[in-house]
Amino acid sequence: MIQASGLRKQYGDTVALDGVDLHVREGEIYGVLGQSGAGKSTLLRCVNLLERPTAGTVTVAGQDLTALGDRELNRARQRIGMIHQHFALLSSRTVAGNVAFPLEIMGVPKAERERRVAELLELVGLEGRGKDRPHQLSGGQKQRVGIARALAGNPSVLLSDEATSALDPGTTQSILALLKRLNTELGLTILLITHEMNVVKSVCDSVAIMSRGRIEESGAIADLIRTPGSRLTREIFPLPEPAPAGSVTLTFTGDPRQPVVSEVVRKFDVDLSILGGSIEDLAGGSVGRLRVVLDGSDRQAALAYLRDCGLIVEEAGEAA
Amino acid sequence: MTWEEMLPLLGPATLETAAMVGWSTLFTLLLGLPLGVALVVFDRDGLRPLPALKSALGFVVNVGRSLPFIVLMIAIIPFTRLVVGTTIGTAAFVVPLTVGAVPFYARLVETALREVGKDVVQAAQAMGASRTAIVRKVLLPEALPGLVAGLTVTVVALIGYSAMAGTLGGGGLGDLAVRYGYQRFETLLMIVTVVLLLVIVQVLQSLGDWVARRLSHK
Repeated sequence: MIQASGLRKQYGDTVALDGVDLHVREGEIYGVLGQSGAGKSTLLRCVNLLERPTAGTVTVAGQDLTALGDRELNRARQRIGMIHQHFALLSSRTVAGNVAFPLEIMGVPKAERERRVAELLELVGLEGRGKDRPHQLSGGQKQRVGIARALAGNPSVLLSDEATSALDPGTTQSILALLKRLNTELGLTILLITHEMNVVKSVCDSVAIMSRGRIEESGAIADLIRTPGSRLTREIFPLPEPAPAGSVTLTFTGDPRQPVVSEVVRKFDVDLSILGGSIEDLAGGSVGRLRVVLDGSDRQAALAYLRDCGLIVEEAGEAA
Repeated sequence: MTWEEMLPLLGPATLETAAMVGWSTLFTLLLGLPLGVALVVFDRDGLRPLPALKSALGFVVNVGRSLPFIVLMIAIIPFTRLVVGTTIGTAAFVVPLTVGAVPFYARLVETALREVGKDVVQAAQAMGASRTAIVRKVLLPEALPGLVAGLTVTVVALIGYSAMAGTLGGGGLGDLAVRYGYQRFETLLMIVTVVLLLVIVQVLQSLGDWVARRLSHK
């Protein structure tokens, strides 16, 4: 749905994007995670060409945006919704006026606009608030207006620029739930950038981790979790690094109540002690990560058994 | 001087001031607003960056702003004659008033438009709004309270400038104060003129503030 290839963006001597490739599939929620200054905001703004990349191409819904003239680009942008960290609502307009704004730009007639605005406000849970002014709303409500406005043109893609970063944790969850619902109900493809791992954990199907203008790691979250040594896994489960010599790190992606640990101790002649671990609920299901020390004559057999059970087993280097 | 003698002088003078200020405000709005918009739109980080044009406009505006009004008024006499056919009288005085106020208001418009958040403008760009739509539907409406406040300041400045109309036979309250209050030592008329000007400025300023506040939804 979104395909960016070889994106570079330079401001003078500063390289904000250093050869970025991004592939967002239709109907998924794709998160770009990174610290501030990593280039994720520039990347997002290159997708709808708010920033024109120094090199590289951007294709959205099969259309190469970098090849378009001003007029066609504006028309293409009407099919790409965008929401913003600080909402970017017009204070001179009412809530309904803000949602109607993109429709006015598209030249939708007044009666049709009013019908559509009512529909959109209901979709985001703001029915009856159309006559209010943005400054009368809470942060979460403002973002709902932003979302309604972004959806006005029936976009196939929604870009989210740190949309929950200015919100408190409870409101963040409700906005994320709304985005997830729109993703499921409308089949909306969402590309979001964030510095919060929590956002990625709650809603994303795929993720790209950015640092210093490059994508360090990207892919479906379920796949990355199963990739030994992936940065995503390390960031979601903050165990002490490097792992102590002789320890084993187990990642299990199935039913967390599966009693593999006690089975291993019963079936094999090993002693097992737990150094640390946790279980996280991700969009695709629960994932647990456990660091243990496993000693005994059957150590290798026990590890093989764990692998057979579908666990990912990472052995730290032997004790010196 | 008695009230019976003063009223026939004060009435027409007030109307002359009102006419000069009213017409020049209208022309200032018509010329200064687009000029202010141009200063923002053609700026380096504007909607349509044309730095050379912006510098040229900025230079013209600065020239207009750097001349003391009484000098400007005399310097543009040939231009005034070209526009209204004469250089004396109330109508002729509208020309220097407008020429003096346009750069002043254009700068205030520029400042008000720059106050509009960059994020709002970018949001409109992301929605596929054309530059014209962004100016008409985002910049101007969002800056409206500031534009009104700037116009109020400009009107008050115009009332100040209009006091010099007497030098070119333009009449008005300032002229009255100079000819009667100063040259003929009519202290009472002087006091009445001062009070009248004070009241007019106070009322206009309060009205402007009220409108700006009504328009603001922050």
